[in-house]
Amino acid sequence: MARPSSAALKTERLLNLVIALLYTRQPMSKSRLRTAVPQYAESSDEAFDRMFERDKDELRDLGIPLRTEVIDPLFDDETGYRIDRREYALPEISFEPDELAVVGVASRAWSQASLAGPAAQALRKLEASGLARDSESVAGVEPLLHTKEPAFDATRDAVLARREVTFDYRRGAAGKVTERHVQPWALTSWHGRWYLTGHDLDREAPRVFRLDRVESTVRASGRSGAYQVPADHDPRAMITSSTRDGEGATTARVALRPGTGHQIRRRGQLLEERGPHNWDVIELRAGSLWPVIEEVSGLGPDAIALTPPELVTGVRQSLEAVLTGRRGPNLPKKAQTPVRTSPKMEGA
Amino acid sequence: MVQETATQRLSRLLTMVPWLMNRQGVDIVEAARELGVSQEQIVDDLQLLFVCGTPGHYPDDLIEASWEGGRVHIGNAEEIARPLRLGRDEALALIVALRALTTTPGVGAQDAIERALAKLEKAAGEAGSAAAAQVSVSLEVGEVEHQRLEQIREALAGPRRLHLRHYNPTRDETTERDVDPMRVLSLEGRWYLEGWCHRVEDVRLFRLDRIEELDLLDQDGTPPPQARPRERGGSAFQSGPGDVLVELELAPSAAWVAENFPMESVERREDGSLRVTLLATDVAWVRRLVWRLGGAATVLAPHELAEEVRSGAAQALESYRVD
Repeated sequence: MARPSSAALKTERLLNLVIALLYTRQPMSKSRLRTAVPQYAESSDEAFDRMFERDKDELRDLGIPLRTEVIDPLFDDETGYRIDRREYALPEISFEPDELAVVGVASRAWSQASLAGPAAQALRKLEASGLARDSESVAGVEPLLHTKEPAFDATRDAVLARREVTFDYRRGAAGKVTERHVQPWALTSWHGRWYLTGHDLDREAPRVFRLDRVESTVRASGRSGAYQVPADHDPRAMITSSTRDGEGATTARVALRPGTGHQIRRRGQLLEERGPHNWDVIELRAGSLWPVIEEVSGLGPDAIALTPPELVTGVRQSLEAVLTGRRGPNLPKKAQTPVRTSPKMEGA
Repeated sequence: MVQETATQRLSRLLTMVPWLMNRQGVDIVEAARELGVSQEQIVDDLQLLFVCGTPGHYPDDLIEASWEGGRVHIGNAEEIARPLRLGRDEALALIVALRALTTTPGVGAQDAIERALAKLEKAAGEAGSAAAAQVSVSLEVGEVEHQRLEQIREALAGPRRLHLRHYNPTRDETTERDVDPMRVLSLEGRWYLEGWCHRVEDVRLFRLDRIEELDLLDQDGTPPPQARPRERGGSAFQSGPGDVLVELELAPSAAWVAENFPMESVERREDGSLRVTLLATDVAWVRRLVWRLGGAATVLAPHELAEEVRSGAAQALESYRVD
């Protein structure tokens, strides 16, 4: 058999330590632990001290409830260690097969995300009791959550610990990058994007941040639980109000080549079928003309803007700019996204 | 897979042992599949386990682990026979996703979701549930999608074949197809039907809000055996062999393009402009994008596409000429 790697030796040591601490009813002194774990016994005093201190921390980081207790109340200067079995173990909760099935769907939802590992591990823990899933009940529906924003993990940790964070944030798709200081309140996925809501310490006001616009690492500072999240904080309401479209009403007319421009046709009304040059005329109402200019321009030779004049001018300038490779003077400063409304983040 | 650290392995073993103890004699192939590791890894793990045990480490103190004839047995591991309670991220992942499911219409088993949530919240304790309150996912759907989800669920339960009219914005066309439904999935906030399309005889994805009409047919909707769900990296965009590599220059005002579509490469310059490459299944989509960006985007390659964009814009401008 090949010699075990140092990582394997360490896992073996930690596992022996966990078993010893779960096995004992009385707290075990450090010297007793040294004889109980073979690798400790084989080490020098100094190496053992170092190893043991590190091992304790690593077990606690895994969520293992390692207790430090006084061994004998009569000699209260000697402390020992143990793990309480009830505190350690997952409570005995039995899940029905259909419940495990939905937990399975929930777990797989993270399969492409940074929580994939914890989600799969959690499912195995719940299934450890030997129950099988009844996947029939939820067959066919699979939400997939992603966390592809690099800032996700650090932001989540800060939100959960309630620690202040600092990061570089790009305001708007083409905006300037500035350093922001925020007390994170909540992390919310809405329409497929992750948003951080919180108190902006520079602006002294609540703000919404898109995680995909965080351009640096997210640095947490200060102590945990440094502030309170307002009890009435409603992240979704805050996000939707920051991304809402302006409402208004302009009427526009567009001529479309038959069989093209379905998106415009679906939104508008057919005024004239096979009108001039055999094209169809559509009328539609829009909050702002800019999205319509973009949409008509995007159809290239399949659409002609008719009214209002601003629409005609806008489309012409847009197409001329395509030819010259230069932006027309009257185009908006900020383009709208074609697939989703571009959220107006704070102040933008 | 990234090399597992010693503590990650410990954590995995503490879950694996109870899982195996409750399935004595389980086939090693099945165990590997369910535990998400290779068979070699399981053998390695078992070899590690049987040198561990309670203080003393006499043969009677050690864990018994065997995999004779491909059947896995574990014994004498009472101390770690129960899994470690759920960690913060473990509870968070399940609770957040389950809560999202409760607000998603068309997902059946709402009753099971509620029951599972109640049990999980209890298992996670107060701290775990509180954490899950700060992270949330909204999978809300529009009215049309809602109705489609219900219909597709009924078709999946049949199974029955679907007839649908679907709008494809890339080609700007509407097509009618018969589809055997395979599953419904949400990707980046949108819902899709994945199914075997009889028109193209292949697996296709249809965005629910682009299905204009949907009918359940009185026909069996079992997909043919060659219909396999596609593996996806959390994105509805999937590249194929016929894709064209397109290189674009994006002015700062068009930088959002790089955020909204999968890019092969993104090079950001000092002035905020970008040079990007992307794989396009259909260059018609790129043409439209460049036209609508009104000069904020320029096609650098391929040359033919740049020429098509130019001539299309010139042709469109002809219409505005005053004779």
